[in-house]
Amino acid sequence: MDKAIAEVASFTVTLMIRRFDPEVDEEPKWVDYDVEMFGTDRVLDALHKIKWEIDGSLTFRRSCAHGVCGSDAMRINGRNRLACKTLIKDLDISNPIYIEPIKGLPVEKDLIVNMEPFYQAYRDINPFLMASDTPAKERLQSPEDRARYDDTTKCILCAACTTSCPVFWTDGQYFGPAAIVNAHRFIFDSRDEGAQVRIDILNDKEGVWRCRTTFNCTEACPRGIEVTKAIAEVKQAILRGRP
Amino acid sequence: MAVVIETPNSPRTRKQANWEKYGWLFMRVSGPLLIVLIFTHLVVNLVVGDGIKAIDFAFVAGKWADPFWQVWDMAMLWLALIHGTNGMRTIVNDYVEKETLRKGLVTTLWAVGGLLILLGTLVIFTFDPCPAGAAAELLPSFCPAN
Repeated sequence: MDKAIAEVASFTVTLMIRRFDPEVDEEPKWVDYDVEMFGTDRVLDALHKIKWEIDGSLTFRRSCAHGVCGSDAMRINGRNRLACKTLIKDLDISNPIYIEPIKGLPVEKDLIVNMEPFYQAYRDINPFLMASDTPAKERLQSPEDRARYDDTTKCILCAACTTSCPVFWTDGQYFGPAAIVNAHRFIFDSRDEGAQVRIDILNDKEGVWRCRTTFNCTEACPRGIEVTKAIAEVKQAILRGRP
Repeated sequence: MAVVIETPNSPRTRKQANWEKYGWLFMRVSGPLLIVLIFTHLVVNLVVGDGIKAIDFAFVAGKWADPFWQVWDMAMLWLALIHGTNGMRTIVNDYVEKETLRKGLVTTLWAVGGLLILLGTLVIFTFDPCPAGAAAELLPSFCPAN
């Protein structure tokens, strides 16, 4: 086999990581690392390389490492992305790659933030099927009814959208895009009977009306959910008073 | 005896009614209306007829003698001020964290907006280019007193 084809190009890349150790640091600080990476590597691989070979104290979340669990959302070069879905070669490697924790949630250590306010907003919209009948048999649904909310079933709760929202940055009380997306998933589900409850919850001072349609959430979503559109559909549902 | 498991969520007690929905709706309705009102206003004042040279005290007095323009200008005044004030209120709500300061600023906004609406409406409907008993040198040339 041709050697040139078999080899994957390697390059040195500088990562600037926003680090914070609550036991030592007063303020977060930028720390730079040079690592040798390959064209097939993702930002998560670079973080692993640093943690496993350079500095074991680097702290970040990751579970599945394949874009499904939503643990490793972080701000990479100023944009919220999943470290496990961002190829380093797709970034500008002539400059350092800046990696920060997602914004708007309290930083606990390095790239780890306290997700509790985010999960609380999720819990508040009742993210479960509300049905009055007994679950004796399967609840059937037509493909058209299923398609109505298909987009919002893709959410993996990574918080990339909510922490890209300028309203959420300044107003921690706002439900945030992710909670509204998950409310949308049930409001427009023909099997669910709790739409009215969720509509009332989101017709709040801190509900959908806080949305300024800046589209940051749609741009940030690693699953390609049309978040702003989903929020607009919930707004329409509230105006109509029904889904 | 059958065991009754309480529903995990107590029914949500209705919070005090909020006007956010109507505020949002107002912005969507007043925005397009204002585009029509303001651009027609600009075209009528600055383009048609003698264009910008036509504008003087008499031009304004002439417009406000016509109930059509009185209503037009009042609609523009009310919608623009409420639209603007509500927009400012939104920004204050987004960015001011201290509740007392936020309340103070929002109250000030509506007080100023309300006052401007009141004064503007008063001027549109009570405007008299030739008030009786005024000193002749203060009146425009087209008044009968001259």
